[in-house]
Amino acid sequence: MSWVADHLGDILWYAGQHTLLAGIPLIVGLLLALPLGWAARRYTKLHGVLIAGSGLLYTIPSLALFILMPLILGTRILDTLNVYVAMTLYTLALLVRTVADGLGAVPESTRQAATAMGFTGVRRLLRVDLPLAIPVIAAGLRVAAVSNVSIVSVASLVGFPQLGYYLTDGYQRTFPTEIAVGIVGCVLLALLFDTVIRAGAWVVTPWQRVAR
Amino acid sequence: MLNQIGTWLTDPTHWTGPNGIPQRILEHLIYSGISLLISALIAIPLGIMVGHSGRAKWTVSLANSLRAVPSLGLLFAVALWLGPKIASSLAYVIPSVIVLILLAVPPILSGTYAGIQGVDPAARDAAKGMGMRGGEVLRKVEIPCALPLMLSGFRSATLQVIATATIAASISLGGLGRYLIDGLSVSDYAEMASGAILVALLALLLDGLIALVQRFAVSPGLSGKFRNTPGNRPVVSTTARGDAATETASPTDRADEQREALV
Amino acid sequence: MKRRILLTGATAVAALALAACGANNNPTAPPAGGGGGSTGSAGGGGSITVGSADFSESQVLGEIYAGAIKAKGVSVTSKPNIGSRDVYIKALQDGSIDIVPEYTGSLLTFLKGTAPSQDPDAVYTALKSTLPADLVVLDKSTAEDKNSMVVTKDTQAKYSLKSIADLAAHQADITVAAPPEFQTRQQGLVGLKSEYSFTPANFLPLKGAAIVNALKNGQAQAANIFSTDPSIPANGFVTLEDPKLLFGSDNVVPLLRKDKVNDTITAALNAVSAKIDTATLTDLVKQVDVDKKDASAVAKDFLSKNGLG
Repeated sequence: MSWVADHLGDILWYAGQHTLLAGIPLIVGLLLALPLGWAARRYTKLHGVLIAGSGLLYTIPSLALFILMPLILGTRILDTLNVYVAMTLYTLALLVRTVADGLGAVPESTRQAATAMGFTGVRRLLRVDLPLAIPVIAAGLRVAAVSNVSIVSVASLVGFPQLGYYLTDGYQRTFPTEIAVGIVGCVLLALLFDTVIRAGAWVVTPWQRVAR
Repeated sequence: MLNQIGTWLTDPTHWTGPNGIPQRILEHLIYSGISLLISALIAIPLGIMVGHSGRAKWTVSLANSLRAVPSLGLLFAVALWLGPKIASSLAYVIPSVIVLILLAVPPILSGTYAGIQGVDPAARDAAKGMGMRGGEVLRKVEIPCALPLMLSGFRSATLQVIATATIAASISLGGLGRYLIDGLSVSDYAEMASGAILVALLALLLDGLIALVQRFAVSPGLSGKFRNTPGNRPVVSTTARGDAATETASPTDRADEQREALV
Repeated sequence: MKRRILLTGATAVAALALAACGANNNPTAPPAGGGGGSTGSAGGGGSITVGSADFSESQVLGEIYAGAIKAKGVSVTSKPNIGSRDVYIKALQDGSIDIVPEYTGSLLTFLKGTAPSQDPDAVYTALKSTLPADLVVLDKSTAEDKNSMVVTKDTQAKYSLKSIADLAAHQADITVAAPPEFQTRQQGLVGLKSEYSFTPANFLPLKGAAIVNALKNGQAQAANIFSTDPSIPANGFVTLEDPKLLFGSDNVVPLLRKDKVNDTITAALNAVSAKIDTATLTDLVKQVDVDKKDASAVAKDFLSKNGLG
């Protein structure tokens, strides 16, 4: 394991790249999924379209999507924008449904009580519906995070530097240590994302911590 | 570039021979099919047992945590480990199939478990009341009730397998991934993009097929057509912890299984 | 189901429309304005980017070039492990990199389709006159690293193999392991077929050490391995003779963009080329492949030992 100690700087750099490539799409995807999930909920006609559309997106294998991005975006093949957009699309595909489900899980009685208290429209959405939907959305976000971390490692086949580099290089050099570093790194990073999201959800939902 | 891709796809030499499109599609389907079959044979009985008895839930959790492992890493690790032990060119096929199975089992197991576990106890009681014995209850009531979630799990598994079979081309496996990897190595974008389009289409096609099966095999009482009748509303309460939210097993929880497709 | 079909159709149309907008360009082609690449363009005034191919020898050479130039006070960035020749030549021409280590015969064959002879000087002269206008080569080194067809001792004994020409008689039993680009190269399956009438029964596209493992473990009977690869002596592999000179003569030489050549760089790289011979090169590769040292560490070591950095 002295190899790991010697290369810790590099490993952390690759892990940092990986965090950006997996994490930024999580945030952007969530922000985009919120209005889309709300629209799916609100306008039943859109519901089918949006959910089916996300399903379609998620079906496309990641290597294929990374390679096709230049065609859609007009970028070069090694442009990191390709990975960001592709990962955001995957995140979106997962989260639109989650947001719709989360908002739909708010009990009718609560909604009516809120309206009776004077919360209407956007205020009710932001102050009542969304906060109550946080547990469900957070659960979906955790799944998306783990999924993203795993998918981003595939990008090393195209040449994007992140933890997946240790996987391809390790195989190319018959260097099991590197492959182990790649796998463990990804698992740890996924765990980290998972913990952060759980903690975040816990922090913003104080009413769930009250003893029953 | 679109022209070049069109040219590549319509070039007759790309449709014949060992590197031709039909051959590659066939290879892809064979590897995926074998893996899915074996995974189903492992995961469905296991899921039924765990869902039925409520014991050994750790198998489901273990399977779920396997999803955090990058599939590319698993592929390389198993290939390096088993390569020296297998003399023929199966040295690449066997590790690939093993990894495909490892990746397909969690969604199918999870779906089966959630499906069986979420069967309405009233339905089970009713079946027993009608005189059905254990095996009959399983076949005639529990499995049909669990079918939506089982099929969702199978759908996730299929996507996962198709995608991983694509990247298995980097350890010399055949299939559509060959166009992506070989095209990458010589910077031939037309080849890469054509391969990518073919893979995407194959995935969409298979997904659509399973959706069709889902539509016709699942009993209408379960398919969510009667969504808002009292017995079918999702059981999520706002005082429940976040984890509980994902453990409900109402038919509308296809979301869970769809979410959990990786790669 | 109907919605799904409609949606697929709509998405396809939308994607095509978007693609039509963005897609008249080839994503792997050089951009119009020059410069580019994923980590920013090769910077202005005096800064140099050194690239290397996707095998360890090229990476060590790249790091050595980079270190030698840096020692002269020029600011240098490294872009290692770019890919095969097709990929990094594009990168060189579009300005993403300025320098790359190359091999005289292989590059000549890549550009022209054939290489004239085995005489290193003849190959070098022919290369200089074949290069596109924007690229130049500096002095070549005596170090040689050729592509070669390699078999295990057992295979050699089994089929009484001496040269590549002997492979054709047994081609139904032979699987070849080589990098994916080998399939379309003259110095690859194409040339093997035209010069030696050899078409292997099966082809395993692999990279790096995986090729050696395939040969070692019996998944392939013949492999394309570089002549300086330490695995050849380490595993008792046999290199087949190449009477038709398909793999010609290959001396290490730096390839540069003409607009980046100046006296400092020329002096630095020529000094490096003078100090590298085949034995040194083989040892450098061994340190990376077998001892698992980093290419940059091995390069630093070489430079300080030879007073070049």
